[in-house]
Order: sequence, then C-alpha cells, then structure tokens
Amino acid sequence: MTKRNTYRAGPDEGGHFGIYGGRFVAETLMPLILEVERAYARYKDEPEFLAEKAYYYKHYVGRPSPLYYAKRLSERCGGAKIFFKREDLNHTGAHKVNSCIGQILLARRMGKTRVIAETGAGQHGVATATVCALFDIPCVVYMGTTDVARQAPNVFRMKMLGAEVRAVTSGSATLKDAMNEALRDWVANVHDTYYLIGTVAGPHPYPMMVRDFQSVIGNETREQILELEGRLPDSLVACVGGGSNAMGLFYPFLDEADVRIVGVEAAGDGIRTGRHAASITAGRPGVLHGNRTYLLQDADGQIQEAHSISAGLDYPGIGPEHSWLKDAGRVEYATITDKESVEAFHLLTRTEGIIPALESAHAIAHAVKMAPKLPKSHLMVVSLSGRGDKDLDTIAKISGPASVGEQKKGQPP
Amino acid sequence: MSRAPHTRLARRFAALRTEGRAGLVTFLTAGDPDAKTAWKILKGLPGAGADVIEIGMPFSDPMADGPAIQASSLRALKAGQTLKKTIGVVARFRKADRDTPIVLMGYFNPIYSYGVAKFLKDARAAGVDGLIVVDTPIEEEDELCGPARAAGLDFIQLVAPTTGEARLPKVLARASGFVYYVSITGITGTRSAAVSDVAGAVRRIRRHTHLPIAVGFGIRTPKQAAEIARIAEAAVVGSALINVIADGLDKSDKAKKGLGPRVLGLVTRLARGVRSAKSGRGAKWKAA
Repeated sequence: MTKRNTYRAGPDEGGHFGIYGGRFVAETLMPLILEVERAYARYKDEPEFLAEKAYYYKHYVGRPSPLYYAKRLSERCGGAKIFFKREDLNHTGAHKVNSCIGQILLARRMGKTRVIAETGAGQHGVATATVCALFDIPCVVYMGTTDVARQAPNVFRMKMLGAEVRAVTSGSATLKDAMNEALRDWVANVHDTYYLIGTVAGPHPYPMMVRDFQSVIGNETREQILELEGRLPDSLVACVGGGSNAMGLFYPFLDEADVRIVGVEAAGDGIRTGRHAASITAGRPGVLHGNRTYLLQDADGQIQEAHSISAGLDYPGIGPEHSWLKDAGRVEYATITDKESVEAFHLLTRTEGIIPALESAHAIAHAVKMAPKLPKSHLMVVSLSGRGDKDLDTIAKISGPASVGEQKKGQPP
Repeated sequence: MSRAPHTRLARRFAALRTEGRAGLVTFLTAGDPDAKTAWKILKGLPGAGADVIEIGMPFSDPMADGPAIQASSLRALKAGQTLKKTIGVVARFRKADRDTPIVLMGYFNPIYSYGVAKFLKDARAAGVDGLIVVDTPIEEEDELCGPARAAGLDFIQLVAPTTGEARLPKVLARASGFVYYVSITGITGTRSAAVSDVAGAVRRIRRHTHLPIAVGFGIRTPKQAAEIARIAEAAVVGSALINVIADGLDKSDKAKKGLGPRVLGLVTRLARGVRSAKSGRGAKWKAA
C-alpha cells in the first residue's frame, strides 16, 4: 500500500499549491518578493527568532489563547460539544496579531524602516499599527473609504497608535482596492518599506508565511483538546475571507483524516443575489494580487466587487491554499448570509456572554447549523477569530437599540 | 545584416536605426473613453508620428498603474470594452496599416480568463505583434511568455531599477521585440527619473542584450521625450496622453468635441521632440 500524500507539503519552490499561488507581480516588486522569501527562509527556524516570537506571543499577545467549552450554546443546539478557540482574547482583539508579530520581527531583521499594510475590518490595521508602535516603526495603513466609514472605532485606534490611515477611493473602496493601493505604495518605496500583508494571500511567500505564523492557533488547539478531552476534535469550523484564521486552525490538522474541516464564506445577501463574497463557492480560478486562486470575476476576467456585512470577509478572492484544499476535497466550504451571521452574533452574545466579530459570527452561524445533527460525543472546534466591539455600530444600525432591548426580556433570537 | 528582419517590430526598429533616430511609442487604453473615439485616435496615431502603438487591455485592478491609467481602464470597462473587442480593434486597424507594430499591454487575468491558447491565436491572427503583461515576471514564464513566443508573438520584458545584476541576464534572455525599461520605482504617470540615471540603466541593460530599449514611466513632454531619445531606442508615453483624454470629457465621461485631435496633437509634438534628437550615438543595438 502506498503512503497517502500529505496535505501539508505545499507550497512548492515557486509558491504553488497545485495550480494556485505563485508570484504574479510586476518586475519592480519581484526582487523584493525574493528578498522577503530569502529572509523568511533564513530566520523562520532560527532559535533566536523563534524565542523572540514566543516571548511576544506569551507576554504581549497573551498566548496561548483559551480553548473554551461553550456549554450553554452546545446544550441549546442539542448536539455536538462546541469549543471556541478564543483568538478574540488576544491583545488587539483578533488573530491578526499572530502574523504581525512574526512579520515585524522579520522586517526588523531585514533592516526595513517603514511598514505598510492593507486592512478591511481594521483588525489587521490595528494589529499592524500596534506592533509598529511597539517597535517604533512608521506605519501607513490603506483602507477603503467604505470600510473607514463602517469600522470607525478601528480607524480611531490606528490613528491613536500613531499609524497614518490612508482612505482608498478607487474601485469598490474596500479591501481589494486597499491591497492595490498598498502594492502601489510598495512599488514606489521599495528601498525601505516592508509590506505586512494581513492574510494568506498575495504573492509567495506571504500565503505560506502568514499560514505558518497563524498555525499557532491550530497547534495550541491540538494540545488543548488533547488535554481537555484526550483526543483530537471531530470537526473544525472557521470563517474565510482571505482565510488566515482558518488556515492557522486547519493546517496542523490537514493530515488527520478523521477531522472534518469546514471553511465558511460570506454569502452576503445570498449567493443567488450576486451580492456576496463567496469566491470558492461562486467564483472561478483567476490571477489577482500576486497569486492564482478562486476569484469573483465576470466573463471577461474583470474582478467583481464583493459584498458582505463583515468588512473582513468583503474580498473577491481567497488564499491560494484554500483553493487547492477545495479542489483536493480536503476542506469543505459552506456559506452564511449577512442575516444569519447577525443572528449568530446575538445568539453567542446572549448564551455565552461573548460578543463575536461579525467575521467570526459566520463560523458560529454555520457551527450552530451543524451541531444539532451531530451526536453529543462529537467535538467541534470553532475559531472565534475576533471580538465584536468594532461591529457595534453596524449591529445597532441593523437590529436597532429597540430590538436589542426587546430581546433582553425573552430568549436569544 | 544578411536578411530582412521577419517581425514587424524588428523591421520598424531597423528602419528607425537607418533613419538615425529613436522611436515614439504611444500607450492608450482600448475603448477609452468609448470605442468610437478610441478608434478615431488609434487610426490617427501613425500619421501623428507614433512609431509603435501600445494598446492597453483594460483591467479592473491595475496594480502597477497610477490614477490616470486606472481611471482610463475603468472608463473603458464602463463603456463596454472587452478583450475580444480589443483584439477586434487590432484586426480592423491592420486592414489599413500593415507596418505599424502593435503591442497589447495589460494584466494577466483577462488573458487567463479568455484562455491563453485562444488569446494567442486570436491576437496573432488579428495582427498583434507583441505582448507586455505586467504581472507575469520570469518566475511565471510558463504561463504566457513561453507560449506567446511559441505562437510567434514577441514578449516584451520589463526591466526595473530594482532588477539586479544577477537577475538582469535572466530577464533579458526571455525578452524579444524590445526591452521596456521602467525608469522609476513607482507606478505609471507619477514622477520622472533623472536622465543621467536612465542613461546609466540603459548602458547596464545594453551589456546583456542586442534588443532595442524603450524607456517608459514618467515621460510627459516633448522635451523629456527628446532627452530619452538621445539615450534609448524609443520613448514610451502613456499617462500624459491619457490625461488629455481625461481633460476632454464632460461630467458624464463623454468625449467633448475635438478630443481626438487634441490627443493626436500631443502625439505630433512628442514625435517632433523625439525626431529632433539625433540619436546616432545611442543606437548601438544590432538588428537581430
């Protein structure tokens, strides 16, 4: 019997996961991409680098993040035991900081003196601004004007942390356009600037590097569930925009054949309305932002605007490794609408006293759909990738203070 | 030279060399601001003095381009431009002009979406001579560069100030038609490079290739075009022409009267600038 191929071998030397990934960037940037790749290869296993990263993970970020058994939610669903990996408890309130710590330590070793980043929900922008404050490095964050408006608290945070927030008006004025603008900045400032990409997308080595840094989520989960339950989980659920919290949770479990893995895309107003951000479910392979992956695009290969209530999922692409895992059949991809995510937001807030980010609420909504059909012995780990403080304005606009007041008397919605 | 060059680009650069001058390469986006106006401008370009014509294939997310070309792409897309129509425009142009080389420039995704093999076949049949695709560096050469050259199209490689000594020969080994030197580290239409820096870069490139060298990014005026014409085989002007288009639109992005002639007027002045520069010293490349 031949040994089954591993799902953890990618990418190849050129940054490919099957046909996905790669390095589709302009010649001006190519030497920089190669420089980041060389630097990452040199430092990623170096004891001093690992020790410094571990120090900041523990004492600054607050890792390990807890794996919390959501007893009330599980009982309410009446099926699987639901655990939350509490990335919302990290310093800055989301998983994004895991990769920011790793990348800023790398940027310092590369002698870079300026950092740029793109952000959608603002979580990555806040995390980048935070580590830049920590290491006293000037920081510019690109953010679409649509997102600046709907994520005001995070814009304020970034500015307080000393970052310059540049509002991007081109295109749909959301995450993809912020990424275009960050790439333009990088091309113009190649000599001193490090581009700190927030997700498992972009040209190689970013998808691999961000995945590696985020894998702390899955590695901790494995240890914690073994300690709590004495065995591995039966399923993993995480939301997917670019897909960094999902890759971080999934990657250490990819070769565990008995672990069912589900990524949850944003269905916005519903897949059939065309107003969504579900690139794997409703897109097809194409090339954008340095890599080949599933994209929302029209018949002529023009990129379409994504739509999601959650700014962090509002992206017409997805990390290339997800595309490969989809085609390989290793990971299932489901979708959750805006409405369902808002319901899950309220549900978790009321049953567990945890206010989740709207991004994470997509994963929760799907977990709540899955759980009742599963036996009580089923162990499900859901990535609670971020906290919802940043989304309160959005929720108040949709549900209204009145409806929130009403729910107080009765059951959660 | 033992035989006549067999591609349109090689013939054109050989002719320029015989004339003892550099060439003017113009860039305009296909279908900007609308198909009709764009066609009028395109067919007037050779007469106005464009030696090589670059036609931009509009893309929704042009990462290497500045505000002017971004806006022109979006205008063209909004007016209904597609890659199929762009190829059709070249076929129409070729019916009347068998000599002026046409290079399609853009990003990979629309080509990938169209289907690489079909695109190359259709582009070649329409009379396209070469391709410049911004986001397929040599690391991704199997995607388009190799297939394009196999299909008989020139693949013009971009060289940037960041392209180091070790990398340069590898890039140039995969180039054909001409070499496009991106004279600034930055996006199109923003700043201009110092002429002395460009001259140094052109010398550096020339050590590794016999191909003609065109310089682009940040060339706006006839004077700048003339300065480049003294050190390279061609000057590429794009954003400056597109700015004339942008300035000639009404509030709903419709072309105002006289837009085409104004664009062609600038082309004429740029061509005069280029032709004013006696380039004998610069043209050291040898026809392949």
